[in-house]
Amino acid sequence: MRCSALYCMTKSNFLLSVMALLACGTAMAQLPTYNVGRTPTEAELRAVDDLVGSDGKELPPGSGTAKEGAPIYAAQCAVCHGQNGEGVNRYPRLVGGVGSLNTPHPIKTVGSNMPYATTIWDFINRAMPPFPMERNLSPDNVYALTAFILSKNGIIKETNVMNKNSLVEVQMPNRHGFYPDPPHSTLEKDGFWTPRWEQTKPAAK
Amino acid sequence: MNSKVSDRRAFLKGSAALAGLAVGAIPFAKGEALANVTPGESTVKLGVTKLGVTPDEPTIQDLLYGGRSSYETSVRIATSGALADWGLRTLTPLQDSIGIITPASLHFTVHDEFNLNNIDPRTHTLTIHGMVDRPLIFTMEELKRLPSVSRVHFLECTGNSGMGHYRNMLQDRAKGRTDVTVIQTVHGRTSTSEWTGVPLSLLLKGVGVQKGASWIVAEGDDNVHHAKSIPLAKAMDDMIVAYGQNGEALRREQGYPLRLVVPGFQGVCNVKFVKSIKVVDKPYYMQREISAYTNLKPDGKASWYESQVGPKSLITFPSDAHKLPGRGFYEISGIAWAGRGAISRVEVSTDDGRTWKDASLQQPVFRKAWTRFRLGWNWDGAETVIMSRCTDEYGDIQPTYMELAKMWGLDEKSYDERMPAIPATEMAQWLTTVGAVLNNQIQPWRVSQDGSVQDALFSTLLHDKI
Ligand code: HEC
Repeated sequence: MRCSALYCMTKSNFLLSVMALLACGTAMAQLPTYNVGRTPTEAELRAVDDLVGSDGKELPPGSGTAKEGAPIYAAQCAVCHGQNGEGVNRYPRLVGGVGSLNTPHPIKTVGSNMPYATTIWDFINRAMPPFPMERNLSPDNVYALTAFILSKNGIIKETNVMNKNSLVEVQMPNRHGFYPDPPHSTLEKDGFWTPRWEQTKPAAK
Repeated sequence: MNSKVSDRRAFLKGSAALAGLAVGAIPFAKGEALANVTPGESTVKLGVTKLGVTPDEPTIQDLLYGGRSSYETSVRIATSGALADWGLRTLTPLQDSIGIITPASLHFTVHDEFNLNNIDPRTHTLTIHGMVDRPLIFTMEELKRLPSVSRVHFLECTGNSGMGHYRNMLQDRAKGRTDVTVIQTVHGRTSTSEWTGVPLSLLLKGVGVQKGASWIVAEGDDNVHHAKSIPLAKAMDDMIVAYGQNGEALRREQGYPLRLVVPGFQGVCNVKFVKSIKVVDKPYYMQREISAYTNLKPDGKASWYESQVGPKSLITFPSDAHKLPGRGFYEISGIAWAGRGAISRVEVSTDDGRTWKDASLQQPVFRKAWTRFRLGWNWDGAETVIMSRCTDEYGDIQPTYMELAKMWGLDEKSYDERMPAIPATEMAQWLTTVGAVLNNQIQPWRVSQDGSVQDALFSTLLHDKI
């Protein structure tokens, strides 16, 4: 119940925290008014609470280095992504491309494009190698593979240990390559989610 | 499949073979094609033995689930280029579209794998968790008991109508592919359906969203584990947790048994096979909101989380899948939609943009849905260019491709200080690169004297070799 407990702690309202704790623990809740649904078990919640955001709250314990990642990568990833992350056939390249994003032939890789290293961890953990092999790597292996890819991109050293804390601190080259930063989470104006239509409204002919 | 059903099917197959022997034909071999139509008592009442013997007799499938006339051949086609290798990606035949509803059978699909989950609705659940007072898990049966809504909304793939698809189409043609057209291959990643389900706001209010929450992140139970962040305000506004499409259950390729419908937002947001929704305080920067679905500009910076589809219209008849038999009256017909709201006006030009006439709009006009427009036209047989442009209820007008390019930061003459002018010869490459998402440009069609219709946009821009 890692995440829910965290939210409980940050709540200032004591009563609400108690209610939430109860919901997290043993008490069964339902959708008010309609009385449907039930409180998920801890195991059920853990099974779906697998998306890792940029502050790494959901990252599990474990660690790995690029050195440890190299043999796993060679065995399980190189066939598609190339020995050095250069990409094979239609499969994405994972290394290089820094400095290419402002040319007509941009090379988007996890190294040149991603603003947070957590995205790499999350994607490998949930989706790589692709179906039907996905979701079979241990947390240690995912840390090691992420470290391997980051180090091949020259973003961290071969010996840097990646874990729940260090992964979040990795400075990605394209951290400030996106706008607006942070992304809009509210309506800009009546019905507007994308300000560009407003800014650049073409003149009526 | 449960064994009872398969036994029955095996039995029927056997009897079909027998009947085939008896009358010298195969009575319901055609009906077998649709695996989940299981002939039952009705087939006895309907007199199975007489069905499907001659080509003019309906098959069991025709009667129990419905088929179409053998003269109707409109189908989805596979997407063009290497994208077809990524998964089940098929395109709606817009050239044959009628009215505003796309039959589920013809709804475009973008599925990033070749396996299609066949999820048992009795085991599928939706969990809502994260920054909520009461995390809850719902079965399909429970969700269907809750108050529901049915709304008509378009879906559109983020990359629809992009220059890259035109380029891929030309490459496919050069390799001998004959079924591709601009109307379907470049523009066919949009469809409209009536979606039925539970308003997400009802579920979120019920679980008690906590202070400080500002986004949700949803995950699907497919094999690529698609996940997408969406602003909480949008979720509270008009999102639907949908199980129904056009009067029946969702199709498998549309996320059976449960999907998100995010009205007016890019297709990628409409998570299929949705199994969990987490309430969070920032977007989660998932791979599919970083490596793709961002809009890279010439200065190397990309805009992201630009989810709303701009005002867009398209003449679907006549288009490059058609040939006009001769001069005379034709009803020009097309579709218009806007991610922000309702379409309030569609204008059509039949003289290459010199003059515009208001088309009539099919009523009622639904917000964030296709609106069918129509305009009568007497073609005098001379070569001309026809096109449409729409305006939404907020006064936003559909741009030309060059106006759109300027919004992306591309300009043939002078682009601001950040970049030198882009030579005409490099424009197409830049448009492919930069305009990979959110293409809502005006699409002109050239009608030639012989009645053939051709694209008059992409072909004029693509100066360089494909
Ligand atoms: C069968 C081929 C295959 C194998 C093996 C494979 N991948 Fe991938 N990988 C892909 C494909 C295809 C994509 C693109 C997925 C998408 O964008 O939907 C991808 C994407 C990625 C990405 C994201 C790239 C980006 O720019 O967004 C990372 C990181 C990655 N793979 C890491 C790995 C690791 C680590 C392994 C080994 C454990 C691995 N892959 C094994 C095919 C493969």
